Amino acid sequence: MSAAADEAPSLNVELLGADERRHRFAMFGLSVPALLLVALVLLAPFSWLTWLSLFDASGALSSENYARLLRPAYINSFLSTLEVSALVTGICVLLGYPVAYLLSQLSQRTAQILLVFIILPFWTSVLVRTYAWLVLLQREGIINTWLKQLGLISESLPLVNNLTGTVIGMVHVMLPFLILPLYSSMRAIDPVYLKAAANCGASPAQAFRQVFLPLSAPGLGAGGALTFVLCLGFYLTPALLGGGRVAMWSTQIADAVSKFANWGAASALSVALLVVTSLILLLMRWGVQRLGTSVGEH
Amino acid sequence: MLSHPASSTQITHRQRLWLYVLVALVMAFLVIPCLIIIPLSFSDSQYLEFPPRGWSLRWYEAFFTSDEWLRSAVVSLKVASSTTILATVLGTLASYGLHKRAGGFDAVVRGALILPMMVPLIFVAIGAFFVYARLNLNNTLTGLVLAHTTLAIPFVIIAVGNGLASFDVNQERAARSLGASPLRAFLTVTLPQIRISVMSGMLFAFITSFDEVVVSLFISSGATSTLTKRMFANIRDQVDPTVAAISSMLVVLSILVLVAAQFVRRDGVRATDDH
Repeated sequence: MSAAADEAPSLNVELLGADERRHRFAMFGLSVPALLLVALVLLAPFSWLTWLSLFDASGALSSENYARLLRPAYINSFLSTLEVSALVTGICVLLGYPVAYLLSQLSQRTAQILLVFIILPFWTSVLVRTYAWLVLLQREGIINTWLKQLGLISESLPLVNNLTGTVIGMVHVMLPFLILPLYSSMRAIDPVYLKAAANCGASPAQAFRQVFLPLSAPGLGAGGALTFVLCLGFYLTPALLGGGRVAMWSTQIADAVSKFANWGAASALSVALLVVTSLILLLMRWGVQRLGTSVGEH
Repeated sequence: MLSHPASSTQITHRQRLWLYVLVALVMAFLVIPCLIIIPLSFSDSQYLEFPPRGWSLRWYEAFFTSDEWLRSAVVSLKVASSTTILATVLGTLASYGLHKRAGGFDAVVRGALILPMMVPLIFVAIGAFFVYARLNLNNTLTGLVLAHTTLAIPFVIIAVGNGLASFDVNQERAARSLGASPLRAFLTVTLPQIRISVMSGMLFAFITSFDEVVVSLFISSGATSTLTKRMFANIRDQVDPTVAAISSMLVVLSILVLVAAQFVRRDGVRATDDH
């Protein structure tokens, strides 16, 4: 009896192992159709374009396409992309942090209701919102008309087809991306810490600065980096509200393809954009982990 | 009321008044541009002002009597519904497969499937345009559906993944041990339990496709122009209030989808409460 019991498991282990392998293989198979599609639409062009970016117009291996990125026109567009992205991220942090903070301090029920104000724009098409800003901000638009009727200005302010309009439109699109993750990370902060700070004699302002602010830093860092990265590659709003005066990385890529049919330049620009984006995301992960552990140690 | 503390450790409401005002202003900034377009679309003049001097339905009429606008709306609806079906099926399959086998390699597969959400849209756009030029897929509905499905799959995978994370796999094992085939066990035990997540994945997929502009700008034109592509061209070249009428309908659509998502979730809560 005991001998049979000893033998049976070894047989079963082998069969189970084979069954397990077959099962894992079948389960992998379920991802294959989706993977094929991503490979067709994203990975194939990426490899192909990266390959193309290594050759010049005559088909010889060269760094011409990357050397071109150092020309003043491209350097300027990189700098203005970084500048616009930093500006938009900064404004989003200044406006979004107080909103996320207040929502996180309210009861779950009230916060759920107020979150509609953030989720509705999040769900509304970016194109529709950009169009609305165009109607609001243009020369004879609603805001200029109102300001004139109120007698605050006599000449229309140039609010759109420039940097101002682009930044306003982008802040509107990006704010929910900052507020929503920041809000959920603030919800996770245990209010007991603030009570402990108050017990130790901290004023509300001190408790906020010394306890809440550091605890919310990882969420703020992650939300801010996400916003910044989304800004770097953002096309729609700069294209419609920039009026051609705001040269962003993304509009340069689009122009290289649709105006100049210059695939070499477009590929090099895209590869550079992807590299910078991935570097920032990696840095962010590293930074957030460090912030997280340093807060945890205290 | 104002002199009461906001919470046990907080300053009074009056001292926080500036915070309430600031938050109200930010929320107004977020919501007003989404809603202001609705009254504007009923204006009777070419020139949009708020409040409109006269009311009319002429911009809605302009939309519903234009073959070009209607054709692009039909293209968008066709593409969005095909995308919804394809992305939901492929995304749910992949999510289920990834959930059932946790290994090092799966992180890579999952990462690859989530990638379309992380990559700048302009990059997906020129990439698809480039590959499609070789496959004759530019300016075809198939090409649009494939590209939009790629963009929608990450949302389905995340939504269904969330559902599977709270699903007890033992229920499926029980069905299998009672003799159900894997497919039958999935369809009769697992799928009904994660249906809420699958439905919210579907809503995401539909909106992702229907609202998508940048990729469509590059890979569709003429008879296969999507509604958003035509709107983009129209906004860039002239400010035609017909776009205001279409935008209002899109805003109402977003609100309806949002409400549907709430109902789906509430229904889900009730369903799980019943158990």
